[in-house]
Amino acid sequence: MSNLILVIWTIIKIMMVMVPLLLSVAWLPYAERKIIGYMQIRIGPNRVGPRGWLQPIADAMKLMFKEITVPASANKVLFLLSPVLCIAAALGAWAVIPFSDALVLSNCNVGLLYVLAISSMGVYGIIIAGWASNSKYSFLGSMRSTAQMVAYEISMGFALVGVVVGAGSLNLGSIVHAQQGGLFHWFWFPMLPLLVIYFISAVAETNRAPFDVTEGESEIVAGFHLEYSGMSFAVFFLAEYANMILVSMLASLLFLGGWLSPFEGVPILGEPSIFWLLLKVSFFLLLYLWFRATFPRYRYDQIMRLGWKVFIPITIAWLLLIGALVVTGWAWWNV
Amino acid sequence: MAEIRNYTLNFGPQHPAAHGVLRLILEMDGEVVQRADPHIGLLHRGTEKLAERRAFNQNIGYLTRMDYVSMVANEHPYVLAVERLLGIEPPLRAQYIRVMFDEISRILNHLFFLGTHGLDLGAMTMFLYTFREREDLFDCYEAVSGARMHTHYYRPGGVYRDLPDQMPQHQLSPWTSQKDIDRLNANRGGSLLDFLWDFTERFPACVDEYETLLTENRIWKQRTVGIAVVSPERAVQLGFTGAMLRGSGVEWDLRKKQPYAVYDRLDFDIPVGINGDCYDRYLVRVEELRQSNRIIRQCIDWLRRNPGPVMVDDRKVAPPTREAMKQDMESLIHHFKLFSEGYSVPEGEIYVAVEHPKGEMGVYLISDGANKPYRFRTRTAGFAHLAAMNELVRGHMLSDVVSVVGTIDIVFGEIDR
Repeated sequence: MSNLILVIWTIIKIMMVMVPLLLSVAWLPYAERKIIGYMQIRIGPNRVGPRGWLQPIADAMKLMFKEITVPASANKVLFLLSPVLCIAAALGAWAVIPFSDALVLSNCNVGLLYVLAISSMGVYGIIIAGWASNSKYSFLGSMRSTAQMVAYEISMGFALVGVVVGAGSLNLGSIVHAQQGGLFHWFWFPMLPLLVIYFISAVAETNRAPFDVTEGESEIVAGFHLEYSGMSFAVFFLAEYANMILVSMLASLLFLGGWLSPFEGVPILGEPSIFWLLLKVSFFLLLYLWFRATFPRYRYDQIMRLGWKVFIPITIAWLLLIGALVVTGWAWWNV
Repeated sequence: MAEIRNYTLNFGPQHPAAHGVLRLILEMDGEVVQRADPHIGLLHRGTEKLAERRAFNQNIGYLTRMDYVSMVANEHPYVLAVERLLGIEPPLRAQYIRVMFDEISRILNHLFFLGTHGLDLGAMTMFLYTFREREDLFDCYEAVSGARMHTHYYRPGGVYRDLPDQMPQHQLSPWTSQKDIDRLNANRGGSLLDFLWDFTERFPACVDEYETLLTENRIWKQRTVGIAVVSPERAVQLGFTGAMLRGSGVEWDLRKKQPYAVYDRLDFDIPVGINGDCYDRYLVRVEELRQSNRIIRQCIDWLRRNPGPVMVDDRKVAPPTREAMKQDMESLIHHFKLFSEGYSVPEGEIYVAVEHPKGEMGVYLISDGANKPYRFRTRTAGFAHLAAMNELVRGHMLSDVVSVVGTIDIVFGEIDR
């Protein structure tokens, strides 16, 4: 009986994370279309509902009623499996994300490791999608994606190792606690290069502009999801946006002090709150959209060069510096 | 071990970067292009053959649709060819108007180039910024000819009619508020020339805006510098013209070398590149935007000071006024003859070329003395540029094919004709 209650309670807790997450995943494309619209001196969606606020519902209805076509020469099982793999990885990682001191689904001691492990599963979905579609464009897209993911997982991993060394823990909650003590105790300050590299790698990881060679709209049309339609396409889409929110969440937790307030010490304003966390996440998401509206697309080999020859050396060098600070006891944020 | 073979990739005709109906068969070794085989003809409309069956004035409309990105400039070589065969010279004001509209279409064309080149390389915002300015220029087209794109404005002997004294106003509609209307009509109070003058005041700042987004952008440079390098000698051998030739450092511009219309009276510079890569061709076109803006300002200045006729006073070529037709038998007959039979052009053949936004556009015309051409042939710049496609993309990566397609500034209307 108590087992049953535990299961139901866990399911309720999962729902409490998933429902707000999926809602924000649904409205993030709307925000994207609106914000990029204003950046590009146009209005963006404004027909469905007041100021277009119901646009995601209209989009979802449309995609649900579209036929899911499977190309004749595709491997049907893998073709339908790959979107599931993508979304599973994108949502699974949220299990260990803390939203405040008490709000966490699973307070796992190796939380960061778990997030990295799960999020690298996502690339299998993309590879399998490109392979199973049996289309040259898709295949090129997934080939590019594989190489890109391998290169940027490493630089992203190294950037996070810096944080782990600084905080002395793999638990995401403890990492946030380690940053207590005001704006300059947050890890963005001692680890600014790592933050920059982490976020750029994260943009590359999620295949967003200017690193969207996997989709490469004007080169390989839509890349790995070229042959997908209806909900099978929508699932890829949801996974991409869930991943965007996930890496923005990680960036705020690991480098910007998570739910800690920038005005620590001030009454009321200085209280840690989930509000601060959401504000930081929104900031990183805005950067995503801003990049997309501003930058041209990299070429595939240039991305590789940037990843291997620039980011990985810098992260390693900074890692040594952080390590030295911690060992010598000069790490001021640890007091 | 399995044998490793190249594979072929169909790039177009249904492809977001194919600029219409480009069909490229790419032989690929991984991501690297080994051979590119462009296929043409998907937009063939038989313009040259059609022209043999139509009176001289009726053909202008086909010319407008050749390169549908720089519409009115296409008409120029044809009307010049007919005029030279007829032995008539249009009034000076008409020539200034033509030059002004040629330069407007140069700006239209280069803005389109900039927008689509940016879009192809992922800089999506460029496309919307350049189309904002294009909209104003389309309004100028519309004000003089009634059509936003297919103007049919130049005629042998001058232009269809003089520039309007009043710019058309935006009207209130259920979809626009009074505030929007006032904003849109703010610079439309005066004549077309006032509107255009206002545009030329704003435009250099707009070009600066495009340049801040692209020129010094590291990614933009990585994607264009060193891509599709053409040496000056090779560019000449390949028959390149326009910005493709000037990007390689050859100073060749028909507006300077063989001045037609009133280009010899105007002050402007010819930008040339150094390295002959996509980046230089981009820079050349951006500078041409500024130079065209300069030319337009000089034309506006002249046109404001010199009113006068815009069509030759020859009733065999130019239609009479409506008022004259109501009272005058001769005029009625002229009108009837001109719009049914047209006019006959003396026997002879001629080749006239102008500096079209994309390069040299020439019209070769043979007349056997009838009211329609015996043979009509056009030389368009895009055809020679597309023919060099294989040479330009060989050894580059798939993503660079997109840069090359953009830098050629391909429009299939003029290639397939």
